[in-house]
Amino acid sequence: MQKLAAPKIEVKALNAWFKQNHALRNVSLTVPENSVLAIIGPSGCGKSTFVRCLNRMHELVPGARQSGKVLVDGQDLHARRVDPVNLRRRVGMVFQRPNPFPTMSIFDNVVAGLKLNGVHGDYPQLVESSLRQAALWDEVKDRLRHSALSLSGGQQQRLCIARALAVEPEVLLMDEPASALDPIATARIEELIRELRESLTIVIVTHNMQQAARVSDATAFFYMGELIEHGSTEQIFTNPREPRTEDYVTGKFG
Amino acid sequence: MKAHTDKTYDVQLEDLRNKLLTLGGKVETEIANSMRALTERDSKLAEMVVSQDREVNRLEIEIDEACRRLLVLRQPAASDLRFITTALKIVVDLERIGDLAVNIAERALDLNQSPPMKPIHDLSKLADLGQRQVRAALDAFVEADPAKAEAVIKDDDLLDSIYHNLVNELLALMMEDPRNIRRANSLLFVAKHLERLGDHATNVAEMVIYMVRGTDVRHPGSRR
Repeated sequence: MQKLAAPKIEVKALNAWFKQNHALRNVSLTVPENSVLAIIGPSGCGKSTFVRCLNRMHELVPGARQSGKVLVDGQDLHARRVDPVNLRRRVGMVFQRPNPFPTMSIFDNVVAGLKLNGVHGDYPQLVESSLRQAALWDEVKDRLRHSALSLSGGQQQRLCIARALAVEPEVLLMDEPASALDPIATARIEELIRELRESLTIVIVTHNMQQAARVSDATAFFYMGELIEHGSTEQIFTNPREPRTEDYVTGKFG
Repeated sequence: MKAHTDKTYDVQLEDLRNKLLTLGGKVETEIANSMRALTERDSKLAEMVVSQDREVNRLEIEIDEACRRLLVLRQPAASDLRFITTALKIVVDLERIGDLAVNIAERALDLNQSPPMKPIHDLSKLADLGQRQVRAALDAFVEADPAKAEAVIKDDDLLDSIYHNLVNELLALMMEDPRNIRRANSLLFVAKHLERLGDHATNVAEMVIYMVRGTDVRHPGSRR
């Protein structure tokens, strides 16, 4: 028997709205520690909204509301003493398009989050370890003072991952992290996800079902704001229980 | 059955299914013809079975190619994946059934050179059941009917027991009169081929259950 990991993220009866649009409907699921959860589903199914509720980014959108609970390590994200900025340090995020700070060097990009959080320390050491973790160190170690924009798209995305890792998050949310990258850069990101899984918990949104199948332990299928099915990745892709999941993974939608 | 968003995917899957059905139909005919060649001492028919095997082999290659093409172009999932992996596995069993028909036909050619033996009741029983098992396994596949597949798996025990009776019957014939040895020995081979044919039908049936339900019923007890 595999040892059951402790739950890292618990989502309970989560609902989210954009003004009148009910974007997430009563979603409940648990993500074990040191695992990768992939979220799949057609555009507009609520998968991005779901991950944005996990680090309180959803509430930044004007007109956005939510109900239900999200717990990280058993702690309610909306408890009064939770500071959203501090929370986003613990629950980092990587977006679809690489978004390094354009006016900053590679080095300054990595330490940006640390400075924002008022963390002092051995910056060169932290930059090296973050870049190594993001599998970028060997490619940039001789030009840390160059502009972040001198890097290729795939390298920029790994720089953004290094920036997210520098503040030592416990959870990493990734919203289509490889959809703007070529196959080689994509493979690097996927390998990185498997390595990072050793030290943190990852939730990844992807349109690429083969990618979900490759990198994740569990997969959740969303459709029109509802969580239709959540199970082990192998089960979802070889023997889904719900007809709508079957239709989606075999390409029978619309 | 709901259609794929990309219609050409459906066309390719349908094409694969049709090729399997053609192959299944061919090996069924080959088995029936090889047994007729034996019981009716029809050497011409036996020769036809032998030459028809090239067609079976050609279809096996075409089916393998169609599966590889689907795997690489479509990266199939769920029921599509189970259908294609089933196709890849049962094509081997069907081709082997075709080979066994050829083996029986070759024995028939040999036996037709010697004077006939008295009819052996269990041999025709074994041949009938063997053919029925192949047909039922193919029907289970076409109709995606796991209950039918389960019946095939169960009936294999019956086939095995007829086979063992037949072996004893043939041994008795050999002991009775040494002049029977050569012919009875050939019939022992035919019996063995028919028994093997049942095993291939069982393999097909097991894969049909996997294809429909997603559960692997083979080798219970050897799973982690």
